[in-house]
Amino acid sequence: MTHVGYLVAGWGIVVGVLTAYAVRLARRGRALSCLVPKPRRRWLEDRGVDGS
Amino acid sequence: MATTTDAGLGERDTTGSPRSRLLGIATLIAVAILGVLAFALTEPDVRIHPETGEEFGQFDAVRMLYVHVPLVIVTYLSYGICAVASIGVLVKRTPWWDVTAHTAAEIGTIFCGLVLVTGSIWGRPVWNTWWEWGDVRLMTTLVLFLMFTGYLALRRITEDPRRQARRAAVVALVAVLDIPLVNRSVEWWENRTLHQRSTLGELKIEDLTLFTLFFGFVTAGLVLAWLFLHRFRVGWLERAAIDHGVAAAIVERQSETSDAEVRRSVGEQPEGPEEGLVP
Repeated sequence: MTHVGYLVAGWGIVVGVLTAYAVRLARRGRALSCLVPKPRRRWLEDRGVDGS
Repeated sequence: MATTTDAGLGERDTTGSPRSRLLGIATLIAVAILGVLAFALTEPDVRIHPETGEEFGQFDAVRMLYVHVPLVIVTYLSYGICAVASIGVLVKRTPWWDVTAHTAAEIGTIFCGLVLVTGSIWGRPVWNTWWEWGDVRLMTTLVLFLMFTGYLALRRITEDPRRQARRAAVVALVAVLDIPLVNRSVEWWENRTLHQRSTLGELKIEDLTLFTLFFGFVTAGLVLAWLFLHRFRVGWLERAAIDHGVAAAIVERQSETSDAEVRRSVGEQPEGPEEGLVP
């Protein structure tokens, strides 16, 4: 395989950045959820954002 | 797995829901399949020159395009959502549209930054350059990235949320005007770009390469959907936390006032900071 370094760098940066952002979102959401009562978190209800 | 209780606080304090977890699992599976397609099943781009017989092409660097091109599409999509939501902000003036616009802009800017980085990394082995200042598509993409970076900065500096939302919406609607320039630049300024004209529209690529590219679009769409859902909920929680904090402070203040009034009515001195307020 040619250009292995470029491929590792390119794919690695994409996966790394998106994973880090997703983890940050999850942590931020967890921290904020503690501050907000359940009725204000619509996705926990039956008629939630995603209808779950 | 944690369960929801009537108390609501403590046991399941996340932005996740059953369906968003399914979406997350589907996204991870799609990313894994895309990796297998891109690195194990597709062939490198190697062609033979008809006259000299020498090999030429992108070789394995073409595997970068399976992530770069889908990122471009979801960048356009994110900014498109931001534009529609910004119109909603100006017309409806509700927090839902504002959170949607902010969410789409933030995710779109991350995607746009990744487009610039992966394009640069791909360009080094293929074009023999990291960056070309005279390339119209590169420059219009950079301008798009910088304008939405400014949008995100604007959202942090204005105090009044309503004014902030309206100003940001106007900036977003101006910024998205750059997207047609980015997309059509390879045709409008054909001699001022290293980028080739679209090969997708004319279907000049074939079979597994084309399938992998389209699977990349699906995967990037799933990533966008998961990030969007959770970023929206975080934005919604940020507003709810502020509202809830203000409401709780008002209730607490009212109870303190009531307590002080009761004490005064029975001839007692109020406790705490209220003492200083009594003339």
